[in-house]
Amino acid sequence: MTVTSPSVEQTTTVKRRSPLAETWENLRRSWAGMLGLGLIILHILIATTSPYWVPQDPFEMNAEIRTLPPSAEHPFGTDKLGRDVFSRSMLGGRVTIVVTLIAIIIAIIWGGLLGIVLGLLNGRADEIIMRVVDALLSIPWLLLLLLIISVMGTEMWVQALTFGFTYGILTVRVARAATLDYVTSEFVLAARARGERKRTIVLRELMPNVRDVLLVDGSMNWSWMLLGFTSLSFLGFGVVPPTPDWGFMIAKNREILAVQPWAVFGPVIMLSTLIIGINLFSDAFAKALGLDRSQGAPV
Amino acid sequence: MSDCLVEIDDLTIGYFTQRGKLVHVLQGVNLQIKPGETLGIVGESGCGKSTLGQAMMGYLRSGSQVLGGSVHFAEQDMFSLTGRQLESIRGRQIALIPQNAGDALTPTMRVGKQIIEAIELNANLSGEAAKERMIELFGQVRLPHPEVMAGRYPHELSGGQQQRVVVAMALAAEPEMLVLDEPTTGLDVTTQAHILNLLRDIVTEMGTAMMYISHDLGVIARVSDRVALMYAGEIIEDTVVVEMFKSPAHPYARGLLESIPRLTLAGIPNSMPGQPPIPGTLPGCSFAPRCPFVSDICTSEPPEFSTIPGTPHLVRCYNWKDVLETDFSQELQGVFHTIKHVPQDEPAIELSEVEISYYRPRFTDRFNSDSEPPATVSDITLSVQRGETLALVGESGSGKTTIVRTIAGLLPAKDGVISFEGFDLTVEVDHRPMELCKDIQLIFQNPDASLNPRHTVAEIIDQPLKLYFPKMTRDERRACQVELLERVRLDGRYRLRYPGQMSGGEKQRVAIARAFAADPEVVLCDEVTSALDVSVQAAVLDLLADLQRERNTTYIFIAHDLAVVKAIADRVAVLYQGRLCEVGTVDEIYSPPFHPYTETLLGAILVPDPDYEPELLASDTPELAPPAKGCSFQRRCPYCLGDVCDQETPPWQSPAAAKGHQIRCHIPVDELDRLTRDRNMDHVNGSQAVDVSPQVVVRSGSGLDIPQTGSGVR
Repeated sequence: MTVTSPSVEQTTTVKRRSPLAETWENLRRSWAGMLGLGLIILHILIATTSPYWVPQDPFEMNAEIRTLPPSAEHPFGTDKLGRDVFSRSMLGGRVTIVVTLIAIIIAIIWGGLLGIVLGLLNGRADEIIMRVVDALLSIPWLLLLLLIISVMGTEMWVQALTFGFTYGILTVRVARAATLDYVTSEFVLAARARGERKRTIVLRELMPNVRDVLLVDGSMNWSWMLLGFTSLSFLGFGVVPPTPDWGFMIAKNREILAVQPWAVFGPVIMLSTLIIGINLFSDAFAKALGLDRSQGAPV
Repeated sequence: MSDCLVEIDDLTIGYFTQRGKLVHVLQGVNLQIKPGETLGIVGESGCGKSTLGQAMMGYLRSGSQVLGGSVHFAEQDMFSLTGRQLESIRGRQIALIPQNAGDALTPTMRVGKQIIEAIELNANLSGEAAKERMIELFGQVRLPHPEVMAGRYPHELSGGQQQRVVVAMALAAEPEMLVLDEPTTGLDVTTQAHILNLLRDIVTEMGTAMMYISHDLGVIARVSDRVALMYAGEIIEDTVVVEMFKSPAHPYARGLLESIPRLTLAGIPNSMPGQPPIPGTLPGCSFAPRCPFVSDICTSEPPEFSTIPGTPHLVRCYNWKDVLETDFSQELQGVFHTIKHVPQDEPAIELSEVEISYYRPRFTDRFNSDSEPPATVSDITLSVQRGETLALVGESGSGKTTIVRTIAGLLPAKDGVISFEGFDLTVEVDHRPMELCKDIQLIFQNPDASLNPRHTVAEIIDQPLKLYFPKMTRDERRACQVELLERVRLDGRYRLRYPGQMSGGEKQRVAIARAFAADPEVVLCDEVTSALDVSVQAAVLDLLADLQRERNTTYIFIAHDLAVVKAIADRVAVLYQGRLCEVGTVDEIYSPPFHPYTETLLGAILVPDPDYEPELLASDTPELAPPAKGCSFQRRCPYCLGDVCDQETPPWQSPAAAKGHQIRCHIPVDELDRLTRDRNMDHVNGSQAVDVSPQVVVRSGSGLDIPQTGSGVR
């Protein structure tokens, strides 16, 4: 039979790259995405290393240098208690970043898995749980956070779990919607017809396809979580003073906004650069993952 | 340029990839279309035919650009016109009819209003005049009851009716030219035949020129005056339709025409090796790597058009003289081959009075027993022998997929018995033992959808191996993967590819390898070749036949293409609205006597032969639900006898000489035979109305005459 031999010589021109490498290739071409990623990395570096290099002791109070304007010694000036705003701004993201990063992982795992399972079952359990999710979503998120934290306390792990739970509710919906796109697809039907177990279908067939959506959703949620955590600490439910924290710094220093605006600008600049970085990265990340990657390798 | 309506001159279109690489889509396309002429553009997927159609409208996909050449329509350069000027041409002088009519209509607007909008915009009529024109257009596209139809929303119309509405909109301003991009792809054969007749009539009535784009050579043969064959962004042959189909001069044209299964020739045709290159990447002829006539010059210098003396036949090939040396019709006889296998005389799967329903009663329906609609699939009694290929054929909605998915355990059967090696198959897959799951495997229509895009080929084939053979070690499974890939004639290196990095034919091979990884007894093939290009379709059919011969696998093969069925099946079951119409061996089904529905289907088939004229028996109005009683085909049957057909389930009848041939009809077999033979004699003029008054056989009792369930319908 001379007829049926696939032309290997032609198709080998398709470059074989792992999906990860391909995503990175695409991401690298987006200057906005790289800027965002740079900002995120810069912030993580600052958060991890700042205690070793900040110019002043962020905890040292000095009544003689209260509310000083920016100078060479104090780049962002000093606050009401005479502490160096620059140093405190550098350290102010440490707790926030750690708590929200842990929370985002928690949210993706529980929200994502529950969403996929519900999407697959698509039956009565799905119906009931989704109504519960709707009910929880109807409660203003800040109220929900305050409620849980005032009951459970303000330890870091409590905060991480609380944020992970609260924002995971949103992820359930996203994951379920993404799953519904695939549940009726023929590769899932094929797996069902083979007699695969539900667990295999969730982990091997659905998870790899929903994963991208979850990652993008997680990175976007991160910026919301940062805002949420900052709001909480603005209200005094975040970190325990005197640990520097952006939200708390903004709350305390807004009284001297007219006298020493840099005491507020410092933490605000730090927070907003991080959030802008996350948003730029998330957008580029979503594009780089290429929602239609399944259609074929980019030429 | 004087006598041509369209003049496309050396048109080259391309786009830049994200990485800044230039990719050609069209390469130096030259075409002319005269007023009133129908030019068929034919080619396989990715050859640039849709881009050409869009360029004809002065439209480019975003990111694409004209790299050279021009498109002139009625002496105007389409790509130098302003947006406003283009608007005044589009719709008025040149109109587009897209593939999916459902998408082209606004879902929230009544179709009448949409047509009036087109009339007001393009024909400068308004008020009563526009309305009159609309009614006139409805008549032109043969839509009955214009007043009623105009008040409907698109979703209330069938696919064929939607396509007619779109044609009416395109004709609103009596344009000089229509561009049709696969307008009948996705429609049922009978509907397709009706729409094509309509388009032919329009061309003769109104003198409209058409550019008809299709991958289907049967459709092209039916509508075109002239055909241009495209390959890798180029036109490689351009000639009148008869020349193209009777004596193609390009090796690719021959290969393509030889790879189509035909009703008149038994067996599986040849397929072409390889796949098309990306346009503009080869220094010589783009077909050279796959060409059996290749010579040295082919790989170094791209060929120009040669004119075959004494004909309007243009061909872009150095060796056309050699190609034309062998007579095409003789060559065609030689390419068909059969792969012999002998089914055993022992049933593999037996279905007995199977009924499947999607109806799920609501709470209130439980108190009202009358509200249950007729089941989607009902009264299916069939058996498949071991090692046999049973084909299920019928139009969309005939229940083919429903039956196969029930056998696969994806749907429960409501009633009846499906037995396989002592197992009951009416239960869903969750309740079946793993041994049973292993023995029944399913292959889907579209390999893009049935392969997980996130898994490599190795992972895809590994899944059934892991599931059914848990004792296999990793190395054994790996060896097994390579062996399976070799069996479906793919190189072992394909293990690391993702589905997105393979062509359609290669993906379907992987899907076949996955099914055969289970070492199954029965493989259910759901339209496995209909998403593939014709040149690879034959290769997949070959592969399936080969695998069957090697392992004596039983196939249940769903297809809507009756020529494909003829090429591969041993026996055929014809279904309409979830009910069996006719069962028999391939030879019995494809020769009289026919069930009226089988005759309708066979009459509507298009073949790649411009002299062939399809014969339209029944109307193309599809039905949404089966009738509550009587014959399932009663409403569309050209021979319907009246009350008997409406009220009583028709009996099974067997022609005297037949072994297992059974026809379910009230009309006696001899009468059916006579009707068909009469028709075949006078079908030259394609007359629709046939006066039928056979003797009516009134049956007593239930009229049910099902053969003994034990033996099944053989």
